[in-house]
Amino acid sequence: MAEVKIITEHYDKDEFISLEGYKKFDGYKMLKKAFKMSPQQIIDEVKSSGLRGRGGAGFPTGVKWGFLPDNGEERYLLCNADEGEPGTFKDRKMMERAPHQLIEGMIISAFAVNSHKGYIYIRGEYSYAAKVLEQAIKEAYDAGLLGKNILDSGFDFDLDIYRGAGAYICGEETGMISSLEGLKGQPKLKPPFPAIKGYLGKPTIVNNVETLASVIYILRDGVDGYRKYGTEKSAGTKLFSVSGNINKPGTYEVPLGYPLMDLINNECGGLKPGRKLKAVIPGGSSAPVLTAEECQKANMDYESLAQLGSMLGSGAVIIIDDSNCMVDMLNVIMHFYHHESCGQCTPCREGTGWLHKVVSSISSGTGRLQDIDLVDEVASRMMGRTICALSDAAAMPARAFIQKFRNEFEFYVREGRSKVKGVTDAQL
Amino acid sequence: MEAFSDDILVFIKKECSRYETRRSAIIPCLYKLQEKRGWISPEQIGQLAVAMDIPPVQINEVMKFYTMFNQQPVGKLHVQVCNNISCTMNGSRELTDHLCKTFNVKSGEVSSDGRVTVSKVECLGSCDTAPMMQINDEYYENLTPESATKIIEKLGK
Repeated sequence: MAEVKIITEHYDKDEFISLEGYKKFDGYKMLKKAFKMSPQQIIDEVKSSGLRGRGGAGFPTGVKWGFLPDNGEERYLLCNADEGEPGTFKDRKMMERAPHQLIEGMIISAFAVNSHKGYIYIRGEYSYAAKVLEQAIKEAYDAGLLGKNILDSGFDFDLDIYRGAGAYICGEETGMISSLEGLKGQPKLKPPFPAIKGYLGKPTIVNNVETLASVIYILRDGVDGYRKYGTEKSAGTKLFSVSGNINKPGTYEVPLGYPLMDLINNECGGLKPGRKLKAVIPGGSSAPVLTAEECQKANMDYESLAQLGSMLGSGAVIIIDDSNCMVDMLNVIMHFYHHESCGQCTPCREGTGWLHKVVSSISSGTGRLQDIDLVDEVASRMMGRTICALSDAAAMPARAFIQKFRNEFEFYVREGRSKVKGVTDAQL
Repeated sequence: MEAFSDDILVFIKKECSRYETRRSAIIPCLYKLQEKRGWISPEQIGQLAVAMDIPPVQINEVMKFYTMFNQQPVGKLHVQVCNNISCTMNGSRELTDHLCKTFNVKSGEVSSDGRVTVSKVECLGSCDTAPMMQINDEYYENLTPESATKIIEKLGK
């Protein structure tokens, strides 16, 4: 097995960015096909394809679409491009290299769910990607691919961009909706889910960039063609953002179920000379860390990683070699969640603060042995008790680091320094 | 206090009718205000509230929620070094320390000549090109302490 470039086939070509170039490689051809189908047929195809949300939660896309109430209310389609999970950068690449792919995916999806207004909510820092998208949206309007009566289909769809302004929590779909409504980006209690009551209280579908682009290829290759790659429950290919201590970091598209070690050693060129694999975070910083031993049997699909007690998340694979101190790594991660907690739920607001404080005390050499258990205890009480998943996202890595690398934490407490040579006290 | 220029007023008016609700225009308008000086003052919030016909408290709470809005002056070059996990593994701490030393500032501070602010920020989604920094709107990737210093010095000229 190797890389299978379906979504990313033409990403190396600069001309793919423009409308003209995109059309050269069959761009907007599937939109024409979609208009010859009924919306229900498209929803059925997406359901049967087994496509699951590529943003992190992995919820079946077709099922999500099916939740929309049939009450005649106006519907919104929002693209979640607020890519913020540490380690993740594949959506940025998609928007910069193939803006029309996202637009085509959105128009097809909007047609399927009968929405006439969409937004791409893009994180504020991605100003270059936003410019590329703005230009592409303008081209699409000029060519009659957006706006009224698209390609004489009778279908209207308006698309706009909305830039966030630096808040991880806006990647959570209800936080994103709050932000788009001009409020603080704080998540809302679910249910009701956005499909019932979303943007401005109207039925709303929120899908990730990669999810929306995948819809094109489900129509192109058909359900069987799409399912040719991946596993029964994790169908298709997936983009992985690989970073950390690795020879060739980057975005790689491989079939779901691809062995993690193959991704590391084949696609990514392995580790630096003389280095040993210590751990891998397989799905963004909130995914529980895997030990080197666990990595040997890890396959990159939703079920396999869940079986190992971790998750596929956003597909951000962070490779950690033996030059890193796990106490220090956890401190970096805890600093992040403490900084990003939106503050509305007590277990998260207080819990992330405590986790950061305790881990940082260990990593500055002043921790006590009981602090190690304290981290686990605090984390265990943060799970499943808040409006959104940020609290769990902070608790999960904390528990996994402590459980799997306990000897490093104990060493740090006993000796007042890192077990790993050359690592000095954390500076955060 | 300087009144809003015509182009800002036109922008505000346009944004206020661009989205389904007027409040959605708060973030775009805050970006516009920040464009010129790099930060937003309490006086400007008051003016924006009048121009948008939205209570200042609603604008303030939005501004304070998002990290990209600066409530204090920043240097002409706002150097933001990612210090999240993959960048840390690839030397972002050494990079940040080097830049702070070179430009004689503490993290988050403006240099005495007002030209540079160096701050540590969270993941900017450029982990495959770690370590990296954002200066104003642009990303600079695959840095070394030396290459980053050169970039800043060149931009500062």
